[in-house]
Amino acid sequence: MSVLVYTESDQGKFKKAAFEVASYAKEVANQLGTSVTAVAINADDTNELGKYGVDKVLNVSTDTLKDFNAKAYASTLRQAAASEDAKVVIVSSSADSKSLAPILAVNLNAGYAPNVVAAPESTSPFTVKRTAFTNKAFNMTEISSDVKIVGVSNNSFGLVENSGAAASEAFAPNLDDSLFGVKIDSVDKVTGKVTIADADVVVSAGRGLKGPENWGMVEELADVLGAATACSKPVSDLGWRPHGEHVGQTGKPVASNLYIAIGISGAIQHLAGINASKVKVVINTDPEAPFFKAADYGVVGDAFEVVPQLIEKLKEFKANNA
Amino acid sequence: MKILVCISHVPDTTSKINFTDGDTKFDTNGVQFVINPNDEFGLTRAMWFKEKQSASVDVVNVGGAETEPTLRKALAIGADKAIRVNAEATDGFFVAKQLAAVVKDGGYDLVIAGRESIDYNGGMVPGMLAELTGANFVNTCIGLEIDGTAAKAVREIDGGKETSSTSLPLVIAGQKGLVEESDLRIPNMRGIMMARKKPLTVIDAVDTSKETTAMKFEKPAPKGAVKLVDAGNIVELVNLLHNEAKVI
Ligand SMILES: Cc1cc2nc3c(=O)[nH]c(=O)nc-3n(C[C@H](O)[C@H](O)[C@H](O)COP(=O)(O)OP(=O)(O)OC[C@H]3O[C@@H](n4cnc5c(N)ncnc54)[C@H](O)[C@@H]3O)c2cc1C
Ligand SMILES: Nc1ncnc2c1ncn2[C@@H]1O[C@H](COP(=O)(O)O)[C@@H](O)[C@H]1O
Repeated sequence: MSVLVYTESDQGKFKKAAFEVASYAKEVANQLGTSVTAVAINADDTNELGKYGVDKVLNVSTDTLKDFNAKAYASTLRQAAASEDAKVVIVSSSADSKSLAPILAVNLNAGYAPNVVAAPESTSPFTVKRTAFTNKAFNMTEISSDVKIVGVSNNSFGLVENSGAAASEAFAPNLDDSLFGVKIDSVDKVTGKVTIADADVVVSAGRGLKGPENWGMVEELADVLGAATACSKPVSDLGWRPHGEHVGQTGKPVASNLYIAIGISGAIQHLAGINASKVKVVINTDPEAPFFKAADYGVVGDAFEVVPQLIEKLKEFKANNA
Repeated sequence: MKILVCISHVPDTTSKINFTDGDTKFDTNGVQFVINPNDEFGLTRAMWFKEKQSASVDVVNVGGAETEPTLRKALAIGADKAIRVNAEATDGFFVAKQLAAVVKDGGYDLVIAGRESIDYNGGMVPGMLAELTGANFVNTCIGLEIDGTAAKAVREIDGGKETSSTSLPLVIAGQKGLVEESDLRIPNMRGIMMARKKPLTVIDAVDTSKETTAMKFEKPAPKGAVKLVDAGNIVELVNLLHNEAKVI
């Protein structure tokens, strides 16, 4: 029996979330007195996983799984869980993990708790803390099935280094044609840019910016910080920015270490979706904007004056700390 | 084409969230309930299939009698028929099993659900339902076209989107983008009148096993006051983010 963790990679490189879920799996394994087995699909180099507590890697390398496919990936994990006799499976909160976890839950007849923000409160009964009501509350969830699936919220547990080495073993799942009922025609992805899901820092702007032509400074600020860009809902509804940047209760969730909100009023639906971020900075002309009540740091001022200054000061800071 | 739209009944997005019974139950006092926003996008897309491709559109909810006004609203928007599985929806797997029975019974070709319910944010019912019924599955769906039994779907992925070809039977989990905000419909008087006459069938739950249980709820710790930095002294903000918050 071991704790199984799905360590996701992109173009052969592990995502940061892979190391976070590995760290989480190690903690669960410690609580249960067992070891951690990771499943890596088409990853170039699995050695790095040892550093985060993984004891063994089931290394799946096949062209059949070149494109993400929820059912085929879930089936791979089901077979890995069976071969390791895993009773706990850990996944991340990425778009792909969130697609495969419910299918895996059915395959393993397992209870699944998504958006988990902390190590299990107890393993018997198996109880985890997760967010609910779009970050307006937390819920203690008990998973009572024999096999349990935990979806870890991004940036909630963090990376925990463990000195160790992961033994790698080839693993060849049996993948039936019937799993491939969805065929990918094309992927349209901005490369070389951090995504909101993976970002440590997110720079977000709202209607206060007046128009799409003013996003240059937002992108520059994001660039300086190595951040992802995001926006409020009306901004994407107006077509100023792509839908994929819309964050909030009905958009993408944000759980970054730093969230900078520029010209965003801080409506309850916006705040709900970004509240899991650790440190929030607001820049707004209106001192009464509700965002100031939810933020850690605030600047009452005009974005068109404050943001260029912030960019300049950050550049100086970076030059001095390089 | 027979379409089933899964509707979850959730507190309005502006609701204040409180709990009762020693923090074990959501306090519905004074809370207004609505069609889950992700499901509203799905229902709107279903209406398009009804009008342009002569699909039939049924809606379903797993819940108590209190969810019927939400189902009536879906009927007023244009769904043909509503089904309510009479059970408390506390566990996603449990809900998916109920819906799977409805799908098999009704012979639906396309099931449109939402990316997640904004109350428990499970994001699990649609994927489970697809697997339980043996249908194809597209999560976080922001575009769907159907031609006969062939489907083209667009999925939002981290940092972009992915276009795929698939076929019916299909379950999608939709969200904004499936239709635009401006396409959403508000029921009109005629729709509301007609909805009263449309069938709303109540059926019993098929299986009562549960894999997860929501125990105690907790609200986030109250936030300390915001630290204000003068607009003329932005270097101070950089210092605070570095030395105090330690995020840069
Ligand atoms: C069902 C539902 C779901 C929703 N879901 C979401 C969601 O997921 N995400 C979301 O964001 N919203 C959501 N909303 C919308 C939400 O209620 C707000 O309308 C929206 O967040 C406001 O966006 P905003 O702050 O960009 O614009 P506004 O409310 O117009 O605020 C603009 C802000 O910019 C400030 N400003 C103006 N000029 C400047 C300047 N020069 N410099 C600095 N500041 C300036 C203003 O003081 C103001 O505070 C939802 C609404 C509903 C009904
Ligand atoms: N009780 C329910 N009744 C009907 N459909 C539901 C119910 N709960 C969830 N769904 C559907 O499943 C989607 C995802 O819900 P969830 O997995 O609860 O986040 C929702 O958007 C609905 O389409």
